[in-house]
Amino acid sequence: MAKNKKNVEEEVTSADGSRAINKFRISDAVMMVIITLLCATCVLPFLHLAAKSISSNSMVMAKKVYFWPKQITFDAYASIFSDGSMVRSMIYSVGVTLLFTLLGMIVCTCAAYPLSKKRLKGRYVFTFLLMFPMYFGAGLIPTYLLYKNLHMLDTMWVLVLPLIYSPYNMLIMKTFFQSSIPDSLEESAFLDGATNFQVLFKIVLPLSKPILATLSLFYAVGRWNSYADNKYYIRAENLKMIQYKLSQLVSSAAEAQSATLSEAAAVTSTPEVLQAACIMFVTIPIICIYPFLQKYFVKGTMIGAVKG
Amino acid sequence: MAKKEQVAANGTMAKQKHSVSSGFKRDWQLYLMLLFPLAMVLIFNYASYPGIRMIFYNYKPAKGWDGSKFVGMDIIMKVFADKDFRSALASSLVFNFMDLIVGFPMPIILALMLNELRYPRFKKVTQTILYLPHFLSWVIIGSVAYTMFRPTSGLVNIALQNMGLIEQGIPFLTEKYHWAVSYLLIGVWQGMGWGTIIYLAAITGISGELYEAAMIDGANRWQRIRHITLPGIKSTVVTLLIMNLGRVMGSNYERLDSFYNSQVRDFQYQLAVYIYEKGLAGAKFSEATVVGLFQSVVGLILVIAADKFAKKLGEDGLL
Repeated sequence: MAKNKKNVEEEVTSADGSRAINKFRISDAVMMVIITLLCATCVLPFLHLAAKSISSNSMVMAKKVYFWPKQITFDAYASIFSDGSMVRSMIYSVGVTLLFTLLGMIVCTCAAYPLSKKRLKGRYVFTFLLMFPMYFGAGLIPTYLLYKNLHMLDTMWVLVLPLIYSPYNMLIMKTFFQSSIPDSLEESAFLDGATNFQVLFKIVLPLSKPILATLSLFYAVGRWNSYADNKYYIRAENLKMIQYKLSQLVSSAAEAQSATLSEAAAVTSTPEVLQAACIMFVTIPIICIYPFLQKYFVKGTMIGAVKG
Repeated sequence: MAKKEQVAANGTMAKQKHSVSSGFKRDWQLYLMLLFPLAMVLIFNYASYPGIRMIFYNYKPAKGWDGSKFVGMDIIMKVFADKDFRSALASSLVFNFMDLIVGFPMPIILALMLNELRYPRFKKVTQTILYLPHFLSWVIIGSVAYTMFRPTSGLVNIALQNMGLIEQGIPFLTEKYHWAVSYLLIGVWQGMGWGTIIYLAAITGISGELYEAAMIDGANRWQRIRHITLPGIKSTVVTLLIMNLGRVMGSNYERLDSFYNSQVRDFQYQLAVYIYEKGLAGAKFSEATVVGLFQSVVGLILVIAADKFAKKLGEDGLL
């Protein structure tokens, strides 16, 4: 009994002053430390590589470079730029990504807008036809043969056309149209004699700017980051995207590292500084634009989470 | 004409009649739009399905269909008896399940912690940083990992040696058991921040009154998490868990390729690698197609089963 009473008293004292509840506790500190450490694992590797990439070879080989460059030199970057193939590949990748994103958004809108209309006859059939490829693919080899028959192997188009229609992105856009654009707007436009195209361009798309931004980013980042299709379908050096170039460059280094395990051989086969500079060269564009775009991604993922 | 009818259509009856008679007339533009995506899936997806019949042929890439013999089930039987295939399948399943066991709870825990943070600014900055790995390609993650974990010159080993914790460098990525752990943990690390978004969204959906009531009743932080937050996100957790179970047959070629080196081949040789190496690199098209089809069919069955199961539990389906 007495114990119970004591408990109640304690509850009252802790409840009446909100200050007691908002007190900074040890658990707060622990959580902040854990989260800070996790953040450090996301930041420090790149800081380390950045420092390495602008340090001198001898300092790096002496293992004296941690998170701050020593004997700063931009030789590695200079050699990347003077070589030209990385720079050309970077420009080419930007071009492919932009074209891919533009076409992707067009085809995505062309699918999502009609399918968002409940009155559309045959809607279920079309939706099924357009969604099924997401759940069942023929696999690498039949796809490869198909592209071969279409004479798309070893062209830029094999990196663009096959993936511009994305069922996942279509679903997000369709969900947005259905949930965020009131039907009444469209109804009144129809009463004024507007056509479907006019409704789409004058009403729906201007109201959908946030989702258009989000999906463009999904497309762009997806294209920018994937490189397996380069490996599968492209032989010509000048048609390879930058991520694949990097992959080729580092895989030879990784192999040297594991085959010998002796540091000297690995270092002479690929200068560590140059390799760090190449990794940074490919990473920097993403790191620069990412903080500004991140919120759009979060928005799209939330809509996508509703279904899919 | 259509406009006149529309104006006249006041009652529901008239409206219905209108939609039946001139649905296509009014919406022909919508059908026109649909032609574009339909053409894309027909050309690039459905047109590849006939190629699957390769599983019944001994397909020779150099000779094409005409020069390839129909062999019935021979190739299929051969593949399922193939030692390489069995070990690739085993590695795929083991690694995917491990990914699920290690990787699935992490975003939940992280989301709960982020949700409890007191300083909005700190929360925002840390979230931005934690999302970063999701935006980097596997090539970048792989190459950064190789740089950090090198046995003698990698930063991690240097730091551990300087602290006197180890004598010799640990071969994090160049010995297969170490590699397995590193590979899994790096995968978890890559996905954990981004994975929190869904849970944080679910947590915002929980009524604040519940927390207030609990605080008045004297519930401490752990009790609030256990009795309010966790039950509040239960359905999200269940749906995502089922969805991820439906994907255990998949394999990500880019991730595997980025962490390749010859010392770890046993574990790295998973289904996606098998398909690439047998098929495109080794010109055994039929064998690779069988494995690809196997993966697709099992994947499809798992997704449908997962959807049914989720609906049975009263959650939203996935399809």
